[in-house]
Order: sequence, then structure tokens, then C-alpha cells
Amino acid sequence: MAAESQAQVAGQGGPSHGRRILLIWLILAIAGDLLIWFALGPHLPPGNMTTTATEEQGAIKLMSVLSAPVLVLVLTYFVYAMIVWRRRDGDNEDGPPIHGSTRVQAAWIVGTTVIVLALAVFGTVSLWTSHGAGAGEGPAPIWNPPGAVSTASAQQTPWAPGKVLQVQVVAQQWRFTFRYPGLGGFETTELMLPEGQWVQFNVTSIDVIHSFWAYQLGVKADANPGVNNVAYTKPTQTGLITVRCAELCGLWHGAMFDYGKVVTLAQFQAWARASKTELASVTSLLPPYATTYDSTAIKQLGPVLQKLGLTGAGGGYYPPQDPAQP
Amino acid sequence: MSLPVRVGTLLVAFLAVVGGAIFVVIQYFLAGPVVVDYTAGVTPGAGQQVSIVLQEDPQNTVTNHPDWVSYFIQDPKTRQWVHTTLFRVPAGATVHVTILGYDGCTPLRNPFWGKVTGTVGNVEFVNGKPTSVLNSYATCSVGHTFSIPSINLNVPVASPTTLAANSNLCGTSPCTSGPHTTVTFSFKAPTTPGDYFWQCRIPCGLGYLDGFGGPMQTIGYMTGQMEVAS
Repeated sequence: MAAESQAQVAGQGGPSHGRRILLIWLILAIAGDLLIWFALGPHLPPGNMTTTATEEQGAIKLMSVLSAPVLVLVLTYFVYAMIVWRRRDGDNEDGPPIHGSTRVQAAWIVGTTVIVLALAVFGTVSLWTSHGAGAGEGPAPIWNPPGAVSTASAQQTPWAPGKVLQVQVVAQQWRFTFRYPGLGGFETTELMLPEGQWVQFNVTSIDVIHSFWAYQLGVKADANPGVNNVAYTKPTQTGLITVRCAELCGLWHGAMFDYGKVVTLAQFQAWARASKTELASVTSLLPPYATTYDSTAIKQLGPVLQKLGLTGAGGGYYPPQDPAQP
Repeated sequence: MSLPVRVGTLLVAFLAVVGGAIFVVIQYFLAGPVVVDYTAGVTPGAGQQVSIVLQEDPQNTVTNHPDWVSYFIQDPKTRQWVHTTLFRVPAGATVHVTILGYDGCTPLRNPFWGKVTGTVGNVEFVNGKPTSVLNSYATCSVGHTFSIPSINLNVPVASPTTLAANSNLCGTSPCTSGPHTTVTFSFKAPTTPGDYFWQCRIPCGLGYLDGFGGPMQTIGYMTGQMEVAS
């Protein structure tokens, strides 16, 4: 009796307890996974407005489905132990000592190792494929959609439906602007994208470090001065986009956000034509399109200042002792 | 340790903590710039109008940062210049703005901000002349900007353009004389009450990393808030 009690308490040798726990866990785990996949899954962030968002949502669903059974197992054992092995009235004995179980330990280690290694392989393979396209991968991404281009001159080739749309994201304290080199090179504060077309974001900054986070697009790419950080996505639905800065960038970082839209191809083309005309006066003032801009060495600055005799920096923006931290 | 000594030590420690807390509250929470109120006597709503007046100076001789460029706002009642960048306007009102540009020229980091947006008619008036774009690279024409991103307002504030003018800028703040431009424009205040931050887009924090430290990051100098009151 005592031996049976010990085995039951330890949950090792009591086959009835082990089977019960296993059965309860199996039912709950399957139910939980089905709920996660079919009920919760479609609502998991960041939604499914684009290919990248859908793939990110798929990754989150997969990880949830894999981790839920582990959580359910721990909770099942915990609750089962509290109910079945609770102290009864009049039972003042100490609990029996718990001994290790090689079988349980081995199963736990092997199980969790397999899960972790499988996720590592999944994550690595994802980065090699389109799944990682929404994160900035620097100027030379591992994966590129057909037709993607990397040089500034190629990015200025006039865009047509079916080609990868080039959108340069210029971060600056505290606003994002968007330049469309294949549509005449205009720059705007509106992020407008066509449905069903591949988009290449060329993300850079002209002052400090920012991060371009277009939540609904499943795109989040650091914006670093002097770096062209490339991210891709393909909108599959029309809708609104919220863009936020995800890198602490100064006093008004919290207010650095923009809104945008994914619209139909016809609407996008109409918007592009109107914007090109409307912004023509300022487009002519913009520096030549480049993948990055050195804001401290803009060649036009020198002559203006020197003409006025105002520069002590040899035509540069800042005196030689700058920048100096306070 | 005797009881009086222990009590005394405890009292001193307690007073030190209280004193520190009071210092922090006064120094960091109550010592900010004042809000210039343009809502007095104006009924909120569409059709209402207020006129606000600002100036931007090449220095700031009224604070302990005399080499920091700074905006000042004119108090509508006293007509005195107040060292602040906080002002309050009625929700939905048409806001007529006058900015006296006493500072010299600095090219924009991004020429895109040379375009006037968000004002009535998308124009500003530089010394009375309607202007929609200022090219700060071709000529010495822009001193600072007045920008409220959340309502897409961007106004490049013109500067004195000649070498003679830029060499004889006002040297005492708030400026009352010296070369300057007068920029006027109007915009519609949001109908939703709240705080809307505004900023200058010229990195004029000389001496700081990329020019965007110091006055550019400090309320009361080159950035502030427009409080829209219900």
C-alpha cells in the first residue's frame, strides 16, 4: 500500500495516473492547437495584408501550436497533482521522497531538444526564403523577388505594373518621407502602395538611427544613416497602413508615425500621376536619387555659404570641431 | 548610539529625502516653459480666428544657453515676448501666424521641407509675397521651419538673404530690431483637442551631433507644443 502510494504520488510508477495525465494532456493539447490554428490564428499579428505579414503570422501560429502542448503538459500535471494528490483530512504524514526517472528526463530532454532544433531549422530556412523579406537585410538581401534591383540607377528605371516598385524610405527626426525613384523621383509624406505588386523598400536615414515599422505590411527595417536597408513585401489586400518608428530617436520619437494605404493598381497609378504633378516644384530641388545620402557633405551647401562668407568649415555644414556631444 | 542621536540622524535623512523630492518636482516638473494662451475671449469652433506671433532668434540671451537658437512667442495681452514654445489655441479655429525671422540662413537637410504644406492655400507670405516653395540650396533663403507633422503643416521660415544682413543679425534676445523677414500664413487648428508637437526641421543645434541636439531637442527653444483646447 505504501509502495503504491509512493508510486502514485511520484507519478512515475502509477500507470493509471500516467495514462490519465497523458489522456487529459492529449485531449487538451489537440483542442488547444485546433483553437490556435483555426480560431485564434487568423487574428494573430500582424494580420495578412501582405505576403510577408501572412508568413509572419504563419510563423507565429506554428510556434504557438508547438509550444501550446508543452504549456498544457505542465499545467495538466500541476492541476492533476493539486487535485489528486492533495492532503486529505487526517493525513499528517510527510510526502514520500521523489526519485528521478531516467525515462521521463530523457523524454523531456529529447522532446524539447527536437522542438528547439526544429524551430532553429525553421527560422534559418525562413530567413533564406521570402519569409524573412519583411525585415531589413541590408543592401544585399539573402532572398530577392524576381526583378529586384540594387543600384540607384536601376531603381530609377520607370516603373510599370509587374515590375518591383521601388520605394525609398527616408527617416528623419521625426517624420518618414517616401521617395518613388521609378515614378519621377518625387518625395512625399504619404505611403501609397498598389495591391498585387512586389514592393522594394530602400530604408535609410539622414540623421540618427530610426526603424521603419509598417505594422500591417509585416515590414520592420532599421533606418541607419549611410546604409541602404532593403525589405520586400507584396500587398495582397487593400487597406490602411500605420507606420511607426521603432527605435528611440529623440524627444518626439513617440510621435513619429505616418499613415498609408494599399490601393488598387488603378488608384495607385492615378495617385502617382497626381503627386508627380503636384510635387514637381519641390522634386526639382531634391538631391539626385541615391541609395543613401550624406547630409553633412551635400555639395550644394558649400557654394551657398561661401558666397555669403558665412562658412568657417570649408564649405561643410558643421565646423571642424563638430560633432561634439554635450 | 544614544536615542537623541538616532532620532536626529533619522530626521536629517528624512529631510534630505523630502528635500530631494521637492527639488526634483520643482526642477523637472514645474519649471518648464509657460503656455501662451490664445483662447481667451475666443469661442471654440469653426469660424473663430486667432492671431499668433512668434520670432526666431540667432541666439538666446535670456537663458543659460545664450548660444542656442530659439523661438519666442508674443503674449497677446501684454505684447511682451515670452521665452517659450508652448501655445494654446481653440479647437477648429483658423490660426493666423506671423513669424519674424531674425536668424540667418542655413540650408535644409532635406530640401523636401522647402515646400509649404498644410496652410490655407498651401502658401506662405514672405514679406507679403506669396510663396509655395523656398530653395534653400540655390540662395540663402531659409532660416528655420515651423512644422506640425500631425496636421501635415510645414512652413519654411525665410531668412535675411544678403551677406550684409547675415553679418549684422540681432544680438540680443528677444530681438526688436535688426535684419529680418516677416512670414505670415494661416492654418486650421484641429477639431480634436490635444497636444500637437511642432518642430524646426533645420538641424540648427550647432555643436551637437549632426546639429540635432541641444535646442532642437529642448522644449522652449526650437520645438514645442500647440495645445488645442476644447
